[in-house]
This record gives sequence, C-alpha cells and structure tokens, in this order.
Amino acid sequence: MALLKITSPHMSSAGKTGDVMLTVVLATLPGLALLTWFFGWGNLINIAWASLVAVSCEALVISIRQRSVMFYLTDYSALLTGVLIGLSLPSLAPWWLTLIATSFAIIFAKHLYGGMGQNPFNPAMVGYALVLIAFPVEMTSWLAPKSLPGNDQIPSFLQTLTAIFPFVGGEAVDAFTMATPLDTFKHKGEQLAAQLWASEPVLSPSSWLAWQSISAGYLLGGAYLLYKKVFTWHTPVALLVAMTIISGIFWLIDPDSYGSPLLHLLGGATMLGAFFIATDPVSSATSVKGRLYYGAAIGILVYIIRTWGNYPDAIAFAVLLMNFAAPFIDYYTQPRTYGHQISHQKTRSGQ
Amino acid sequence: MTEYALILISTVFVNNFVLAQFLGLCPFMGVSNKLETAIGMSLATTFVLTLSSVCSYLVYAYLLVPLSLEYLKTISFILVIAVMVQFTEMVIRKVSPVLYRVLGIFLPLITTNCAVLGVALLNLKKDNTFVESLFYGFGAAVGFSLVLILFSAMRERINAADVPTPFKGSAIGMITAGLMSLAFMGFTGLVPN
Repeated sequence: MALLKITSPHMSSAGKTGDVMLTVVLATLPGLALLTWFFGWGNLINIAWASLVAVSCEALVISIRQRSVMFYLTDYSALLTGVLIGLSLPSLAPWWLTLIATSFAIIFAKHLYGGMGQNPFNPAMVGYALVLIAFPVEMTSWLAPKSLPGNDQIPSFLQTLTAIFPFVGGEAVDAFTMATPLDTFKHKGEQLAAQLWASEPVLSPSSWLAWQSISAGYLLGGAYLLYKKVFTWHTPVALLVAMTIISGIFWLIDPDSYGSPLLHLLGGATMLGAFFIATDPVSSATSVKGRLYYGAAIGILVYIIRTWGNYPDAIAFAVLLMNFAAPFIDYYTQPRTYGHQISHQKTRSGQ
Repeated sequence: MTEYALILISTVFVNNFVLAQFLGLCPFMGVSNKLETAIGMSLATTFVLTLSSVCSYLVYAYLLVPLSLEYLKTISFILVIAVMVQFTEMVIRKVSPVLYRVLGIFLPLITTNCAVLGVALLNLKKDNTFVESLFYGFGAAVGFSLVLILFSAMRERINAADVPTPFKGSAIGMITAGLMSLAFMGFTGLVPN
C-alpha cells in the first residue's frame, strides 16, 4: 500500500517541490535585474557560479549516499540555495568566497541533516554567516551604484569576471567601492542623522535610489509569491510590521541617532530576507501563530543587532537564531485538533 | 540598574556560557534528547548556579579572605557546589520523583558541570560584588537554560530526520551546536567588554 506522506506546511499551491522552487527563483528576477542594472554583472556571475557549486555539491553528496541523483536534483532546492547566496554576496566577491559559502551551505547545513526538507537551519544563511564572520573585509565592500553621478566606472562583463576569477586573465579593474547605507549609518559616530544624509555619497538621493529600487524589486517578487500562494502572509508581514514598529519607536524618540523605519526597510537586505529567506518552509516555524511569532522575532532581532551589535545587516543572524527557536515555537503553538474543546488549563493538567 | 541589565544581556546572549565560552557542554549534549527533561534540568541548574554563585562569593569574601586562605578557593567552591547539588537533589526527590528518575545520573553530575565552577571562579576574576555575582550566576543559568531548551526542541526534530548513519546521534548534535554558536556570534558587540 502506498502511503502518501504529507508534511506541514499544508500549502494551497498545488505544485511539486521543483515547481515551487522554480517559482521562487523566478520571483527573484525583478530584484536581480535591478541589482544588475545598478551594480553591474557581478551578482549574475556570482549566481551562476554559486548555482554550479551548489548543484555539484548536491550531486556529489547524493551519489555518495547512493540515492537517485536526478530525482533530488530536479527538486531545484540546491539551485535556489545557490541563487540566494549569489544574490546576498557583494557583487565582486571573489570566487573562493562563494565556493566556501555554497559548499558549506549544501554539505553541512543541508545534507548532514538528511537533505531537502530536513535541514533545521536555512542553508543559504548558514553559508552567508560563515563567510561574513570569517572574511569580513571581502563581505563589506560593495560597488558604488551606477546611478551615482560621476560614477561611470561600472566594470564591464570581462572586468567583473576577472575581478571574481583572477585567473581568467582579463584586464584588471580598479572599481569604486563603498559601504552599504546601513554600514555607513552604523559607523556615523557622533554625526547627526541629518548631516549624514546630506554628506555621505552612499546616502545621496541618486545612490539611495539604487538601494530603494532593489528592495522594491524584491518586494514585487515577494508579492508575486504571495499571489501564487507559495507561502502565506504571516511571516513576512509580521517581520516587516515588527521592524517598522520598533524602528519607528526609536526614531520618534531620537531621530538624530536612530535610523528611520525607511532606512531599515529599504536600505539593506530586509525585503530579500522577509520574502525569500524567512519564508523557507523547512527551517521556519510551521503553525500559523508560530509563523507570526517567528517573523516578528526576526524583525526585532535584526533591528537590535543592526543598532547595537557589530553587524550592519543582520538578516542572516536573526534568521539563524529564529531557525534555532522554531521547533520550540512550534511545540508550544500547536493548533488544537478540530472538534476538541480542551481548554489550556485542562491540557496542562493532563500532561 | 543598567549595569545589572548589561550583565544579564552579556551572560545570556553575548558571552553565553555554552555557545560562546563552551562551558557546561556535558549536560548540554547529555540531557537534550527530550524537551521535558531539558526543562527540568534547566530549572535545577538555574537553582544551583544562582545559589552557588552567591554562596561561593560569600565563602570567599567572609571566610577565605579574612583567614588569608584564598589559595583554597577552588576546593572550597567545589565543596559549596556539591552541597548545593545535594540539597537540590533532595528537594527534587521529594517534590517530583518522576523528574528525579528521569534526570537520573545527570542530577548529581551538576556538581561537575564546569559552568557552575566557572561562574564561581569568573566572579572573582571579574571582581564582582555580591549583587553582581547574583546577576552573573542567574544570567549564566538563564543563558544555559535558553540554549538547552531550544536545543532539545530542535533535537527532537533532528532525531526524526534522515541523517546519514555516521552522523547520527551525538555527531549531528555537535554540528548543530556549532551552527548555533555561529548564529550566536551575531550578538557580538551588543555589550561593551
């Protein structure tokens, strides 16, 4: 007798895993297109390289475990991990950085736990956090966006390729790098926020436009995924609302030293995190209430680490911390079975 | 007041005894197979850790220092901790025989939990006052309990996963603890050292 194994979350989208993963990859396209428009070819090359590494690692592990390679490769989950890592790394990240992040993500964070559907931590974020801690310098230099006046130095395709793979042997490039808006804001020291917005090139309207548009691109992709019912609204909305509220409170108390909610929502990886990373069905909380707690806690943790911690963009850490808490959240937010009217009091004494 | 809050944040998150200082790993790996046991263990350890932190401070400040016997601090702390654990064991045995049986050998083993002795010794190293020792011990215990409880909930899930045979059991537990430690590194910088 064939037993149909249905695991939570019970999504209403009727697709195979592979279709769902491809939909998510598709939804990253608006953000990716804008990223490429403003920062050049780097992320496209990174994505291609990361996907190649991810798929090869996946094939390697599966063949070592003597499972059907094609069956597991066509669920495209490794491809998605590669794409997410390629999107989140800086556009001129050297090839070995991507290699370390991706292979660690696939082999350690995913396949040691049994592979697709069983990993307790989001693989892409494990890889990202690893290289962020180990190679902070490479991880914080972003190119200056193309929309910045006077920056006509967006490297060409061959130059970017040479910067990422130095052994290609193209012409070396002297690209104009700068910190991200959140990084700049974090290291403003005694400066007032208004001064910073007026003086720092990365926060000038033309550069801010780039960061803002990319976030808007991810928001668009996220909206598409919501429309396709790949995930429910609970996690991303809870995350964004919690972050808006907590950053809004501090901003209203002291607008000179705390960043505005807009900076926190659009200035970094918040949108990418909210729609593409926190919604990972495997490593997030699964019950409805649990997803609300999970998303809100990520939003609050991101704000805390960004404002008082060492890392200017804390999506990866916040997601990993909440991945860690997700089984516990699920344990205590189990919905009661239909038709039962057991009060909380009674369940307690029944144990 | 702020400094006490900082001590709590520091010991619970930034310098978490298990994930950042790697103390108390034996009960962390040993008692984390079931959520209920982990909660019982957390409560017992919290009780012992807070009380022994304060008592060892008192023993040091009012017994060893006046008698110039500071060099006996390690052995007298061990004695204090052993007494605390014995006391806790008796209480649990009376209050909850089930928990007593479930915890089994791990209850007396709180004596050898390096986090407990670590807290007592670090109190001296940091020149903590009486109230600071209280918060330091309590914070260490809360941090230990937090990760132990979350870890045990996660382990219940991992036990059901299709982990490759060589990594089953403690091996994957260790790897998970490493990944959790990676996540906790995100808290660095929250408290000025």
